[in-house]
Amino acid sequence: MSGGGAAGGIRVSILLFATFAEAAGRDRLEAVLPDGAVAGDALAFVRSQPWAGRLPPSPALAVNLRYAKPGLALRDGDEVAVIPPVAGG
Amino acid sequence: MWAMGGGGGRWLTDQPIDVAALLADVAAAGRGGTVVFLGTVRRSSEDGDVAAIEYTAYDAMAEAELGRIAEEALARWPDARVALRHRTGVVPLGEASVAIAAAAPHRADAYAASRWLIEEVKRRAPIWKKERFASGGARWVEGHTGGG
Repeated sequence: MSGGGAAGGIRVSILLFATFAEAAGRDRLEAVLPDGAVAGDALAFVRSQPWAGRLPPSPALAVNLRYAKPGLALRDGDEVAVIPPVAGG
Repeated sequence: MWAMGGGGGRWLTDQPIDVAALLADVAAAGRGGTVVFLGTVRRSSEDGDVAAIEYTAYDAMAEAELGRIAEEALARWPDARVALRHRTGVVPLGEASVAIAAAAPHRADAYAASRWLIEEVKRRAPIWKKERFASGGARWVEGHTGGG
């Protein structure tokens, strides 16, 4: 179970929201991260994109619909989300 | 147990919140105390001509996280029954964006569960809000770092 895709690496979807999506000009991207990648690497990937511009600081992260620490290991097919400061309730 | 939601999913709705239905969901003969909290869209003095607030959510995760919050409330107050709805989309001034009902055999637990629930929803739900002004234009409202 788990492990990378046929060509190696970890395929993830990265969802962006609110101020982050607005600053990025998009709400979703697909990435292939190196084997051993963790949740924080997905955020770094977003920040490294040429279209990233100036993104808001200090988002939280979620993996597969749960909050995740930056050090959480990713698996092929995971859905990562960058969660800017929340304002519900 | 908790109650089924209407319009969007179990916990989220894009329709005006039906508070009477929420109360009916938690009512039962043995529950002597029922507390309802409504969070309503308001305009504070520094906000200018806010006409409405638009709520957006990471729908799938908001559903999951609100469900976890409700489960945790029932673990803390096993004799209680809780219901909650969070509205998404444009909510006009004066209307409720979030509603929580908590019923328990005695009022102390109903009050405690209701208070705990709203604080957890505000702290954890992946939901964001944008003020929409009567004169046109919009501004994201500053949030606080989400945590689970």
